[in-house]
Amino acid sequence: MAIKAEHEIHTRRFSRNLGVGLTLAGFVVLLLALSVVKVKQLGTMQAFDQVSGSERSEPQK
Amino acid sequence: MSDTNATDMEYEAGFGDYFALLKPRVMSLVIFTALVGLLVAPVAVHPVVALSSILFIGIGAGASGALNMWWDADIDAVMKRTAKRPVPSGRVTAQDALAIGVALSGMAVVMLALAANLLAAGLLAFTIFFYAVIYTMWLKRWTPQNIVIGGAAGAFPPVIGWAVATGSVSIESLLMFALIFMWTPPHFWALALFMRADYDTAGVPMLTVTHGRRVTRNHVLIYTLLLVPVAIGLGLTSIGGPAYLAVSVVMNALFLKGAFAIWRRDETQAEADNYRTERQVFRLSLYYLFLHFSALLVDATLRGFGLEIW
Repeated sequence: MAIKAEHEIHTRRFSRNLGVGLTLAGFVVLLLALSVVKVKQLGTMQAFDQVSGSERSEPQK
Repeated sequence: MSDTNATDMEYEAGFGDYFALLKPRVMSLVIFTALVGLLVAPVAVHPVVALSSILFIGIGAGASGALNMWWDADIDAVMKRTAKRPVPSGRVTAQDALAIGVALSGMAVVMLALAANLLAAGLLAFTIFFYAVIYTMWLKRWTPQNIVIGGAAGAFPPVIGWAVATGSVSIESLLMFALIFMWTPPHFWALALFMRADYDTAGVPMLTVTHGRRVTRNHVLIYTLLLVPVAIGLGLTSIGGPAYLAVSVVMNALFLKGAFAIWRRDETQAEADNYRTERQVFRLSLYYLFLHFSALLVDATLRGFGLEIW
């Protein structure tokens, strides 16, 4: 009896937990996609100590 | 038996019960109008940014719905239309509704700021505040003009969608706001005319309760007359086009005809056919808004293909 009662509650909670889990998983995927798009929209970035190939060859011209 | 009682009292709210707190039907209208506002804007938005922004606007609107259900559980319980909502029916506690409403509001605003821009996020925050505090907590139980001013909350989504794309507010987005804003009163008063018992028992000061049904019928006609120039005017801006103007002329003619019919009737006639005209106009008002916004999308698509006619 006790096991069955507990089992029933677990079954009910399962739907709720599954829903929350799937929602969170979807949120994570969305944030990842959004981050990729946002970073790409920034274009090429260059830090002060990074020198690209073309710039490196300039002084030798 | 004690076992049965224990199970009844500790009912585990399912995922669907919490989802119902977000008023999915209202949310779908918010998502639709916000999406139209975003798509008709003259600035292209990356699909992922657009999808995320619309999702966060929808979640923000849903969160304000949850806050509304937390605050209004007492009146929802006595109205037939709302008695089955999660809080009054006992499936979700009022505290849970409050927690979900506050948490999702904050999350939606912050995420919209990150996905789009601060203006769009600020507008969303203001919309949630307006619906949950100004409308639900203050105006709804205080003035029969509750519907008129509360309608502003439902009118914001296309402005937010437009702000996501352009980062600004313009005459086009303000007219989309005005269209929903002016549409809400005749839409809700037509509903209030045939759902009379509900608002009476709940003590919500609907116009039908405070000023009588004759005055409400006059108001439906006046607000519909004021709605027409706004609807047609939107068609003359940069986002209007042949599809919009064609739909607008037809739908406004039908809506005016319906409002006029409501105005001409009295209660005896309405009770005789069980509010047939009022129900028809209410249904028509739903199509009215949906078709206006769909037509904006059609015109935007035509412009996208270079088929600009003017």
